[in-house]
Amino acid sequence: MATAAITAEREHYLNNEYGIRSWLLTTDHKRIALLYLISITFFFFVGGFFALLIRLELLTPAGDMVQADTYNKLFTMHGQVMIFFFLIPSIPAVLGNFLVPLMIGAKDLAFPRINLLSWYLYIIAGAIYVHCILTGGVDTGWTFYTPFSTAFSNTKVIEAGIAIFIAGFSSILTGLNFVVTIHRMRAPGMTWSRLPLFIWAHYATSIIQLLGTPVLAITLLLVVFERAFNLGIFDPTRGGDPLLFQHLFWFYSHPAVYIMILPAMAVESEVVACFTRKRIFGYNFVAMSSILIAVFGFLVWAHHMFVAGISLYSALIFSMLSYLVAVPSAIKVFNWTATMYKGSISFTTPMLYAFGFIGLFTMGGLTGLFLACLGIDVHVHDTYFVIAHFHYIMVGGAVMGYLGGMHFWWPKISGRMYPEGWGRLAALLVFVGFNLTFFPQFILGYMGMPRRYWQYPPEFQVLNVLSTAGSTVLAVGYLLPMVYFLWSMRYGKIAEDNPWGAAGLEWQTTSPPPTFNFEEPPEVTWEAYNYEQIPAPAEVQVER
Amino acid sequence: MSDSQIAVEQHGPELLHHFVDAEQQRDAASLGMWLFLATEIMFFGGMFCAYLIYRYWYYNEFAAGSRSIDLKWGTINTAVLICSSLTVALGVRAAQMGKRKLLVVLLLLTIVFGLTFLGIKGLEWYTKFEEHHIPGHSFNASDLEKPPYSNGGIDQQHEQIFFSLYFAMTGLHALHMIIGVGMFIFLTYYAWKGRYSPKYYTPIEMGGLYWHFVDIVWIYLFPLLYLIDRKPLG
Amino acid sequence: MSEHILSSKLYYAIWIMLLVLTVVTALVARVDLGPFNTIVALVIATFKALLVVLFFMHVKYTSEKLTKMVIVAAVFWLLLLLALSMADYTTRLLS
Repeated sequence: MATAAITAEREHYLNNEYGIRSWLLTTDHKRIALLYLISITFFFFVGGFFALLIRLELLTPAGDMVQADTYNKLFTMHGQVMIFFFLIPSIPAVLGNFLVPLMIGAKDLAFPRINLLSWYLYIIAGAIYVHCILTGGVDTGWTFYTPFSTAFSNTKVIEAGIAIFIAGFSSILTGLNFVVTIHRMRAPGMTWSRLPLFIWAHYATSIIQLLGTPVLAITLLLVVFERAFNLGIFDPTRGGDPLLFQHLFWFYSHPAVYIMILPAMAVESEVVACFTRKRIFGYNFVAMSSILIAVFGFLVWAHHMFVAGISLYSALIFSMLSYLVAVPSAIKVFNWTATMYKGSISFTTPMLYAFGFIGLFTMGGLTGLFLACLGIDVHVHDTYFVIAHFHYIMVGGAVMGYLGGMHFWWPKISGRMYPEGWGRLAALLVFVGFNLTFFPQFILGYMGMPRRYWQYPPEFQVLNVLSTAGSTVLAVGYLLPMVYFLWSMRYGKIAEDNPWGAAGLEWQTTSPPPTFNFEEPPEVTWEAYNYEQIPAPAEVQVER
Repeated sequence: MSDSQIAVEQHGPELLHHFVDAEQQRDAASLGMWLFLATEIMFFGGMFCAYLIYRYWYYNEFAAGSRSIDLKWGTINTAVLICSSLTVALGVRAAQMGKRKLLVVLLLLTIVFGLTFLGIKGLEWYTKFEEHHIPGHSFNASDLEKPPYSNGGIDQQHEQIFFSLYFAMTGLHALHMIIGVGMFIFLTYYAWKGRYSPKYYTPIEMGGLYWHFVDIVWIYLFPLLYLIDRKPLG
Repeated sequence: MSEHILSSKLYYAIWIMLLVLTVVTALVARVDLGPFNTIVALVIATFKALLVVLFFMHVKYTSEKLTKMVIVAAVFWLLLLLALSMADYTTRLLS
């Protein structure tokens, strides 16, 4: 067992260089991952702050805390910050950046300087958006629908649009780096069928980032041009079609939700395999399902527009395609569950998040199918049912995947163990708080409460109060890991190379890894998830 | 001696430390550039989508607007870009053969062609400005309502959509040209300094791929904007 | 990416073909082919683009299948955007 003295002597990526320049000018993918970790955590707080204000306003039926226009800004900025500055980068830019080279046995990503550039683009975009918030904000809804955003809104649409445009390029460059790395830099013996499913899912995510984000970029640019130079592409008085904006916007923004969930599925595969000590059931199916999600995800975008005025025939097509896209996701859920059958399950913190993920993602996914049905969608479109649906996936799914992943790889990233008891408590609080916050919203939506409204009929108040109460529990659940992760960096138990007894090349190197990842370049002669060859740790090493 | 040390000695200091050998580095650069071009296809593609839909809706206005832009200059500009693609391709070949001076000349010619294209485009835009065809308050395309469009009439408001797309598409293309010219200025400088050789000319090749892509975008913009309806009058 | 050094004659030949096709497309536009004007123009443009991709960008001579897959995928994705959007616009009046 490593002692503090040995760890202090050994050089690794955190202590090989000190000083702010060594961080701000780093090209080490692991350091860049940490730079992203700090930045996205900051934006998580910003987005969370807006959520808090929304939930406070919704405690009472009257619009008594903020004005209506302000409320419009709150939900707009909550959405934009959470989606573009937290969820889209989160797992890929933090865990992906850190782990992709390690998992394939490479020394770094293919383009380390472009990796750093992508972080700087993110920071510049974030700074512009923060400036936008502080100087008046934007009130168009996170979706920037025209013609309100182009012709009528008096808020800082151009600034927000430019910020998200730049953030989009950060995302594109990350995706580009991953695809080239995975194709070109796998270690000898690391064939495609030996790749961890984490890599397959991030590959699929990167495809979406590469092919979808540019369309968002051009669409936002056209909105900015329309506002700035009076071009008339979306202007109805000049014959422009507001639905054209929606087609172009959702062509990206639907696949974007798969950018947000696939990496969480990536984490899920690794965590479930490790804490059932088994190869993921149906490896080929899970790998292929990632690719299918990426492809099918591009075929369904107009299901966001069923009641916007598209033709009934195209609505039918998109409805059928939307049912199709659920299939690969369901395949994954079945395979993770089948993996658990007759496995040796340990209920560590990452595994608790993994259990939560499966249940909540399934609920979110199934309610998506309700929405894909044209008849139901007419009734619940633009209500809290939709909000509950996507929060089940993005928070119950993606955020829990992110937290589970952070706990699982924390020993590798920091060289320390987090306190397991507190970890489990936080996971429980997140689960309970999440369900209390968002389950009532399904009922509210079905009962008819519209979204984006800052006042509502009194009969909806009880459920809204429950939802707000849940959000406070959720907030505590989120704050706890931030506290104990920081605590662990100083006082946490020193982690061994492979505290979980997990399969994967990242666990074959030290915790934390050396700057160039491996002392000797690895050569792979075994299949992925070779748990039959890895002894389980005597007790799965946890900090009590 | 480690593999990377051997690689550095054989291939010079351009080999970055995280690559196993120069071939891996080159293959990575190539795949990276092609993926970037794929993103550019989707980036321009959004505007092609808008173009497609509005041409479907407002064919008369698109046809009239297309007639009002100068076919002669559009054709000349297309030829200019094609010449620039030739000089780029020959330049990559010169780099492959280690002919430094020829490479520099070809790169400079490419820049000249690129600037020529931009100059002509600037003139075309200026003409549009004079004719009041720039969308906005002073837009006035009543001069388009002559045969063969005088029967159906041209909706002035819808006409603005054609010109909005015209300026957005050619403007974005021109921006890419400007970036390309800037990139080639750097490439020319480094080529003159002798940085490229038959063993290492990846930046020239990658710059070439980008330049050819920008040419291909114009190859499509030309018929879509200039050739909607050029049937003889009467 | 290939180490193939192509002959400069080939490049000049492609160049001439591209210039000729440019003139052809401009001239054909003046002939009334009805709806085929657009199709012919796009076919010529696509042929020109293919010449640039295959020869100037060396795709014909590369042994790397991935390059071709990337190009095909990107073009396919663009067509997806265009086709599914048009599925809405062309059927609106039918509703």
